[in-house]
This record gives sequence, structure tokens and C-alpha cells, in this order.
Amino acid sequence: MPELHFSSWNAFFAMGGYSLFVWLSFGVTFALLGLLWWLSQSGHRQILKEIAAKQARELRVQQQLLKQSELQSAQQSAQEQST
Amino acid sequence: MFKWLDPYAKPETLYRICGLWFPWLMTAAVVTLLLGTVWGLAFTPADYQQGDSYRIIHIHVPSAIWSMGAYSSMAIAALIALVWQVKAAQWAVGAIAPIGAVFTVIALFTGAAWGKPMWGTWWVWDARLTSELILLFLYLGVIALSGAFADRQTGAKASALLAIVGVVNLPIIHFSVEWWNTLHQGATITKFAKPSIDASMLWPLLISILAFGLWLAALTCLRLKTAILQNEQHRPWVRQLAASAVKEG
Repeated sequence: MPELHFSSWNAFFAMGGYSLFVWLSFGVTFALLGLLWWLSQSGHRQILKEIAAKQARELRVQQQLLKQSELQSAQQSAQEQST
Repeated sequence: MFKWLDPYAKPETLYRICGLWFPWLMTAAVVTLLLGTVWGLAFTPADYQQGDSYRIIHIHVPSAIWSMGAYSSMAIAALIALVWQVKAAQWAVGAIAPIGAVFTVIALFTGAAWGKPMWGTWWVWDARLTSELILLFLYLGVIALSGAFADRQTGAKASALLAIVGVVNLPIIHFSVEWWNTLHQGATITKFAKPSIDASMLWPLLISILAFGLWLAALTCLRLKTAILQNEQHRPWVRQLAASAVKEG
């Protein structure tokens, strides 16, 4: 069974006099791994959002075109009736 | 073999597989990293020469091993992408490169922070350290090249080629401590010899090595998913997925 090496929290944080180097190493490692995870996750969310936004824009443009063509055909038929 | 593998390279199937594996891999990665860290930091004896500073080994060795492991997998993917024109392999190159670069930075940084109290210097231009630094530049080169051309296919080919050529650096890193005189200590664990480390210290180290491997696998899955979406965004299944994902928030 592994035994606890340090007798107190203070001794644990002091790391036998190497606290700066040990905690700096572990701190930077965890920060970098966490940052990479976060960036990867947000990149994935971002691309989904972008694709959905593009789709919504396409739909809007299509509807607008449809409306315009309806309007034009209505005007045309009105002109034809008046002549 | 490729006939059997082929359906898995289909983007939609690959996306589903990555999505299925990611949560398990990520959970296992976090749990093993915490376990290895707590065990290595608090439940192992101090080194008889290096005192408590040696505890840095529990992140230094795993990150260094997997900085090379990630490079090997990236190079294999690059080879498959170049020779068999498998798109998914090409995306894998781009997905793995940033992970490998981060692992290399961790290995270099923790090495410096370990070298300062033990050798009296953060950095020396010896073979082991220099070749690991070159590994970082290779990763950065692969990342930079893929975005350096107006034509994305050209960029992907160039970066795949660099990834393959850079493989010569791996044996140099590995054997550098045997070929040249160096401040860096020799291998702690090798396949052919009894490890030069006590069992009480070996277990947390092995767990940490497993943890970094799991981080690599999990993040590769996640980043590969993103790459698939980006490259297949005009396919109906991606459009459907994006629409429903955004609706759900």
C-alpha cells in the first residue's frame, strides 16, 4: 500500500524546499492541458453555430427571392389587366 | 485490411465513433491524471538524491513520451493521407498537431523547471534538449504549413510531407542520451531492462503515462469531430446536425 509521504499540509506545499519548481511544473501543465481542452471544445461549438447561421442566412435569402418574384408576377398580371 | 477499414473513414461514421468515444476517453483521462498526480506528489517516497524535486518526473516523462507518440501517430496519418488520399487521415494530421505541440511545450517547460534545481540551469544546448526543441518546431511547421497556401489541398500535402520527413528526429531524441554526453539522465523505463526506478515510484508514473495517452486520444477525437464538420459542412447530415444542435442550445 502506498503511504503518505508528508507529515503535514505545510510540508506537502514546501516539497522539501523545491516548492517553486514542483508547483510551477504541475501548475503550467494543468493550465496548458485545460486550455487546450477548452479551446478544442469551444472550437467545436463555434463551427456548429457557424454552419447553423449560414443555413439560416441561405433560408432568408431564398424567402426574399421568392417574395420578390411573387411581387413581380403580381405587378405583371395587374399591368396586363389594365391594358 | 483497407477494405475492412474503409467504412470507418466515412466522415459520418467517423464522427459518430468519435462522439461515442470522446466522453469516456475524456473522463478516463481526467481521472487517471488526477490519480497519477496525487499519488506521485504525496504518496511516494522522496528520491534519495533529488529529494522532492524528482516528483516532476510524473508529468515530465509522460508528456515527453507522448510528444513523440503523438508525432508518430501524426506521421502515420500523414503517410496514409498522402499515399491513399484518405481525407479523414489528412484531418487527423491537423487534429493531432496542436496536441503534440502542447505536450512538447509541457515536456520542455517541466524539464527546465527540473533542470534548474538539479543541474543549476534552466537550459543547455545538449542533444536531448535541442532535439526535443526541434520537435516543437516541427509541430509548429506542420500547423503553419497547412494554412500557408491559398489552395487548402496544397497546404495539407505540404504539411503531411513535413510530418513524414520529421520522423527522422524521433530516434535522435530517443537515443540522444546514449549517443552523446549530456546532463540529461538516461532512460528510467525501457522495454528491454528492469526499470531503474523503485516499484513504489513506478506505479504512479505508469498511471500518468496512461493519463497523457488518454488525453491525446480524447482531444484527438474532439478535434477530429471539429475538422469533419468544417470540411463536410455542405453535406445534409452536417446541416441537420448543426440546426438541431443550435436549437438545443
